[in-house]
Amino acid sequence: MKQSKIAPYLFLLPGCIVLGLIIFYPLVQAVWLSFTDYNIIQDPNFVGMENYQTMIESDLFWKALGQTFLYLIVVVPSLVILPIFLAILVNQKVKGIGFFRSAYFVPVVTSMVVVGITWKWVYAEQGVLNYILDLMGLSSVNWLTSTSTAIFAVMAVTIWKGLGYYMLIYLAGLQSIPSDLYEAAEIDGASKFKQIIHVTIPLLAPSILIVSIMSSISAMKVFEEIYVMTGGGPLNSSKTIVFLIYEQAFSRLNMGYASAIGVVLFGITLIISIINLKVMSKKEKVA
Amino acid sequence: MGLRVLKDEEEEMKKSSITQHSQKEEKPKRIKKKTPFTKFLYNLFIYSLLILMTIVTIGPFLWLLSTALKSGAENIFAYPPKFIPEQPTLANFARVMEAFPFWRYLFNSSLVSFVTVLLNLVLCSLAAYPLARMKFKGKNIIFILILSTMMIPFQLLMIPIYLLALDLGLNNTYAGVILPHATTAFGIFLIRQAFMTVPYELEESARIDGCNSFQIWLRILMPLVKPSLVTLAIFTFMMSWGDFLWPLIILDDTSMYTLPLGVNALAGSFSSDWRLIAAGSIISILPIIIFFIFMQKYFIGGVMKGAVKG
Repeated sequence: MKQSKIAPYLFLLPGCIVLGLIIFYPLVQAVWLSFTDYNIIQDPNFVGMENYQTMIESDLFWKALGQTFLYLIVVVPSLVILPIFLAILVNQKVKGIGFFRSAYFVPVVTSMVVVGITWKWVYAEQGVLNYILDLMGLSSVNWLTSTSTAIFAVMAVTIWKGLGYYMLIYLAGLQSIPSDLYEAAEIDGASKFKQIIHVTIPLLAPSILIVSIMSSISAMKVFEEIYVMTGGGPLNSSKTIVFLIYEQAFSRLNMGYASAIGVVLFGITLIISIINLKVMSKKEKVA
Repeated sequence: MGLRVLKDEEEEMKKSSITQHSQKEEKPKRIKKKTPFTKFLYNLFIYSLLILMTIVTIGPFLWLLSTALKSGAENIFAYPPKFIPEQPTLANFARVMEAFPFWRYLFNSSLVSFVTVLLNLVLCSLAAYPLARMKFKGKNIIFILILSTMMIPFQLLMIPIYLLALDLGLNNTYAGVILPHATTAFGIFLIRQAFMTVPYELEESARIDGCNSFQIWLRILMPLVKPSLVTLAIFTFMMSWGDFLWPLIILDDTSMYTLPLGVNALAGSFSSDWRLIAAGSIISILPIIIFFIFMQKYFIGGVMKGAVKG
């Protein structure tokens, strides 16, 4: 195939200029800022490792880091497993199934601000959720104002908003499984449940991989639902690393310190992304 | 296909499911013959689950809507909660519309989303072409660098981008809101995957006919990956429409606010009046819900195709 030597670079140029402007240049500058005491008002002074020192000695940093991992540990498996069942449900060939697929997708298209407001109202002390608990004979919970439940209540919203999205990814995977596999399993006498375990789940492996990657990326970056629903509270109990960065940078104007936390976050995500890339390239070789 | 049509269809279907369910099976099953009764039980089970999940996903919004429709005389904190308003009223919506420049925010959101989608379609598919179909030096490194941007949290970058935008005079401008989303690694990856499936013979014969690379991109490749372009448009639109944090930082002129920002400000200014917060939230999601109802085929198809190709 003949092509000019510079053609590939010309095609890449506009996109790469933008990515350079919005990712790579800011990345370098963020690393530089992390070694300064920049606060928007005064010019940055180089302070060496001071921000990192402060960070390591900060209880709040470790708390937020722990809560970020808690977020990953709860949200990612939930978003990997629950939508599989939802996808199997909406893959049933019954009348009106299109309506249900769309209904489950509505939270996905709704902005997180409105979703957060909606759930704040559902979680309210005298709200619907506590009423349902009451009906089941359980005592009511101060979902968003108790330090032991706030972060889990926000996680539930992250999961709730993501369900419909990952459901569709699995649905696409389900529909690519040839139906004669199920027929063969049925001839062998496999029950519907056994078919799910032995046919559906193994053949969904590529989709499961995609969902794991995507949900872990978005769980690491979680911010808006926390901002809208708890503001990180009560007593910092729902603060994650990204929330801490936002708070330090734009409420306290500690831009240098915020950048240092950001660099640490980047380090963690880089490790995860390298693992992801390795898995992805393996998958590509197979495909 | 409107939601109402679907709803009607669903209701009709519920009414007649007992008589109709036996005709519904398109492919007769060879193996097990189900009796009408087990099939009825099976359908009952499926529909119960489907309706339960609908309550889970739509219920919270309906509860918000119910609150928005409650009159000032009704206690919205009543316990047990009242799901149907005693005297439904649109008064809350009317009051919110006075404080909430809805049309302005809708215009801002629409413009920002439209330009963001357009930029992504062009820039991502330009960059995707050589990554999918050309051999050149540094290809792998460039590709890995692009992919790695997906893992860099925006909250790390937003401080320098904010400073950059200030330097460029982009605060309180549409360009400033659009800038950080003008190209995405996801888009490049998605279109690259689509380009890779196009047979090389098509490209070679076009080259023999004298087409240069740009013409091949525009006339051969782009029309062949239309479904993926639709997918990218849908993804970019959803991301841009719901974006909150960046507009919050770059915009302090309220007349430039997008809908999520407007609703957030509204919730702040009516901090305890849940009727108005609810009404404002419902108004702010109406455009996207209506858009979704009309375009649901593309949304659902787009996300499913994105999954297969990504």
